[in-house]
Amino acid sequence: MCLGIPGQIIEIIDADNLLAKVDVAGVKRPVNIACIVSNEHPAEACVGDWVLVHVGFAMSIIDEEEALKTLALLEELGETQEEIYAMQNSAGANV
Amino acid sequence: MKYVDEFRDPEKAKVLISNINKLKESLNADEKKPIQLMEFCGGHTHTIFRYGIEPMLPNWIELVHGPGCPVCVLPMGRVDDCIALAERPNVIFTTFGDAMRVPGSKKSLLQAKAEGADIRMTYSPMDSLALARSNPDKEVIFFGLGFETTMPSTALTILQAEREGINNFSLFCNHITTVPTIKAILDSPDMQIDAFLAPGHVCMVVGERPFDFVADTYKKPIVVTGFEPLDILQSIWMTLKQLAEKRCEVENQYSRIVPPNGNTAGLAAIDSVFEIREFFEWRGLGSIDHSGVKIRDNYQQFDAERKFKIPNLKIADPKSCQCGEVLKGVIRPWECKVFGGACTPEMPLGALMVSSEGACAAYYNFGNLPELLAKQSKNLEGDAT
Repeated sequence: MCLGIPGQIIEIIDADNLLAKVDVAGVKRPVNIACIVSNEHPAEACVGDWVLVHVGFAMSIIDEEEALKTLALLEELGETQEEIYAMQNSAGANV
Repeated sequence: MKYVDEFRDPEKAKVLISNINKLKESLNADEKKPIQLMEFCGGHTHTIFRYGIEPMLPNWIELVHGPGCPVCVLPMGRVDDCIALAERPNVIFTTFGDAMRVPGSKKSLLQAKAEGADIRMTYSPMDSLALARSNPDKEVIFFGLGFETTMPSTALTILQAEREGINNFSLFCNHITTVPTIKAILDSPDMQIDAFLAPGHVCMVVGERPFDFVADTYKKPIVVTGFEPLDILQSIWMTLKQLAEKRCEVENQYSRIVPPNGNTAGLAAIDSVFEIREFFEWRGLGSIDHSGVKIRDNYQQFDAERKFKIPNLKIADPKSCQCGEVLKGVIRPWECKVFGGACTPEMPLGALMVSSEGACAAYYNFGNLPELLAKQSKNLEGDAT
């Protein structure tokens, strides 16, 4: 819950509701981007951003190198798998 | 995997440990009276145990594992309320997976599910809202848990539900706040903590300033800390350096993620949906003023506490549990009389044994268990004589 996991925004699903598709370690799911958009950085500009995702919400933009390091580390600890399992088995994720 | 090698650079860790050791003389600390540093956040506790950071540190430093694990501090009465909500007809009760095994006074959510309640695990409150959308004839309740890190997610979900006019979705709000809790720890008469590692992802949302009081009023150093093992070592060094130089400030080790003023959009969402509760009950710590939030009147249609009747009973912690003393650093996990015996991760009695972020579960899973239990029985013999 409090560690979060890095992912990359690959497309904007719904600009009005600030929903983007994010690739997290190969798994794609909708993520809310309200906390990382601003007038200077609108939704359309977010594609390609690496972000720290907490419970389906992008909470911070991070640089790519940092994101890949963190992912590799989480992977080695088996925590990526735990997070991905929670995402894929989430009730409501595919309705 | 080239990044892992670089990131776990043993040379960097060695340099940090050596720098920490150099501070010993100016700190006037030894193993009999170690410097106590509290990492508030359960995520930090988790990293500390996964990477074996404690054994790397000299014996004049003691890490105290604080109450920053929302699952661990949830009182039994609130778990009972969850179960009462979940057992209502026509309800789908949704929760993060790690809350499933927290013991209530009679059962856990996992047991209630086995008995037939419609309880489903969700990764995100957004998924819970999606369930409400696709089950318009059911009441979908989301069990909102966590410190400020997860507050924007539930606040934004409620704002989304309102925009879409979804009226079969509600939140059972159990969000808790960091600042009053650290203050309660600092005000506790048996408090011995010398300095704090502040929770990095809480600060990502709220910024650094809410923690100024730790340095200004209580004169304790506090360092905003990231979650990699080297982050933690660096922050330990930074807090010790402050102590050695007789400074007390809020410093930010995790500036790559934490802006000084936090996340503007996240804070705005929290502010529009939530307001401070007069008090909130914590497992192990009792009632702490202003330490939780509730849903504002404007959004009361999304408040499960108002929409449905909940028992709202205060259930005392089991007498044998010493979670509160462990949380404040007065005793170590293995010094609790029930650690590893009546209380284990499989059959937790106290909350600190439930989540992998809880101090007792961390010691049980990653510590040297036979050695800890031997120390515990030696202690108990000492008590008896």
